[in-house]
Amino acid sequence: MSVVVIGGGQAGGRAIEALRGNGYAAPITLIGAERHLPYERPPLSKEMLLDPSSTKIDWVRPDEWYAANSVDCRLGVSASRIDRAGKRVVLSDGGTLGYDDLILATGAAPRTLAIPGGDHPACLAIRTLEDAERLRPFLAPGRKIAVVGAGFIGLECAAAARSHGAEVVVLERAPRVLARGVTPRISSLYADLHRAKGVDLRVGVELVRIDGPANAPVLHLADGSTVAADVVVVGIGVIPQDGLARDAGLAVEGGIVVDAYGRSSDPSIWAAGDVTRHFNPLLGQHIRLESWQNAQNQAIAVAKNIAGLETVYAEVPWFWSDQYGINMQITGLTQDGAEDVVRGDLDGFSGLLFQMAGGRLIAAVGLNAVRDLRVAKQIIQLGGAVRAEELADPAVKLADVAKRLKG
Amino acid sequence: MADLIALCDTDAVSEDAALRVEHDGQDYAVYLYEGQYYVTADLCTHGPGYMSEGFIEGCEVECPFHQGKFNFITGAPTSPPCTEALKVWKVTVQSDKVWIDPSSGTVA
Repeated sequence: MSVVVIGGGQAGGRAIEALRGNGYAAPITLIGAERHLPYERPPLSKEMLLDPSSTKIDWVRPDEWYAANSVDCRLGVSASRIDRAGKRVVLSDGGTLGYDDLILATGAAPRTLAIPGGDHPACLAIRTLEDAERLRPFLAPGRKIAVVGAGFIGLECAAAARSHGAEVVVLERAPRVLARGVTPRISSLYADLHRAKGVDLRVGVELVRIDGPANAPVLHLADGSTVAADVVVVGIGVIPQDGLARDAGLAVEGGIVVDAYGRSSDPSIWAAGDVTRHFNPLLGQHIRLESWQNAQNQAIAVAKNIAGLETVYAEVPWFWSDQYGINMQITGLTQDGAEDVVRGDLDGFSGLLFQMAGGRLIAAVGLNAVRDLRVAKQIIQLGGAVRAEELADPAVKLADVAKRLKG
Repeated sequence: MADLIALCDTDAVSEDAALRVEHDGQDYAVYLYEGQYYVTADLCTHGPGYMSEGFIEGCEVECPFHQGKFNFITGAPTSPPCTEALKVWKVTVQSDKVWIDPSSGTVA
């Protein structure tokens, strides 16, 4: 028996931790393209930027753990091919590795700008420790940061940069910020917040070209205007790294298709994290998530299945973002035509926005409302009928609503 | 004889939510479970989350920051990403108050 894990991000690290934690004693090899052991990425656009002097890195496990648990870590190496018939992986350094079970945790890579100058040397994404390190020196008064894309990464970078007094311009093609993650009401709150904090936020604008010297990029917009900056943070989404699986003939549909156990179309090959399009039994559909929760918990489920403990991965999606000291958490998946219900003081960044459909709670956004948001996640999971009035009424404890649904 | 301090009134704690109490620079979370009171450190051992804002199910508290879990009776971590135990204190209930000896905290 042996397991090979391709991908040294959080999913890869958690899978290995859970294999050992659930009694899997056979050889494990980790193939990681980065030269680091697995670490958590959320701080890259939060704590690491808010405190640029901090040397803290959130390792999944310290390096001595891997040695103590007999995990063979091959870092700075990637897999170039999967030989399914021979059950082996061909590595970028020419070596090969046999496996009984293979875990693909190859994650997602930042989308790059498909415009002239999209590869300008001043452009950087925020995906690795090195990326965050590169941005740190620009987080100071007198520096100017252009952020392309008003998603979570872009806005978290903007918030951190403003907290250090740097000048920030955010360019977003969509008509509103966070358009993929939240409803228009929350988008509007966050747009106002960033503007109040001094961000030059421009939505509905089209970036057409970047030129200028390496240390003084100039961004050209479709309306003819230009933005001069010292550095360009590109946060326009990620692309699942499913090429290895596709080349090996596995089912791939914008992500490696896996079932609720994390198993691909080849029973010896599993996948976890950002790279999967997985079946979520609670939602009754295949979804792809880019989240910390999914990277950790889907990996744990896969590890348990390999270790012989049948485990279905079935969780209500959950995300968070920290900006200007405000904690936003999102749970569930929204859908068109859902009804908004407000609890608390959203405008004061202390409340929740629920989304209901068919008499049930399907999603919630909490602003500085961690406990209520967590109960909302439970209510979504329980799935029973709720009334808008009780969700909106601060006098009704959400825990009591959950208790009723549990019966 | 231990030097006990009163953290809170017993009726200030509910089964749904731990109560945060600050005393002499230490943040405590006070829990009520099946009629017994328990006290742990409030700050998560993994990240900047507070147990007093956490979700409680049985004798487990879930950190609101990363949803890692601890058994609040023993302090032991029960779900990733948490790997280090919370400090716990032995509780005495007297005169409708929850008391601990601050120097008696232990880590499993």
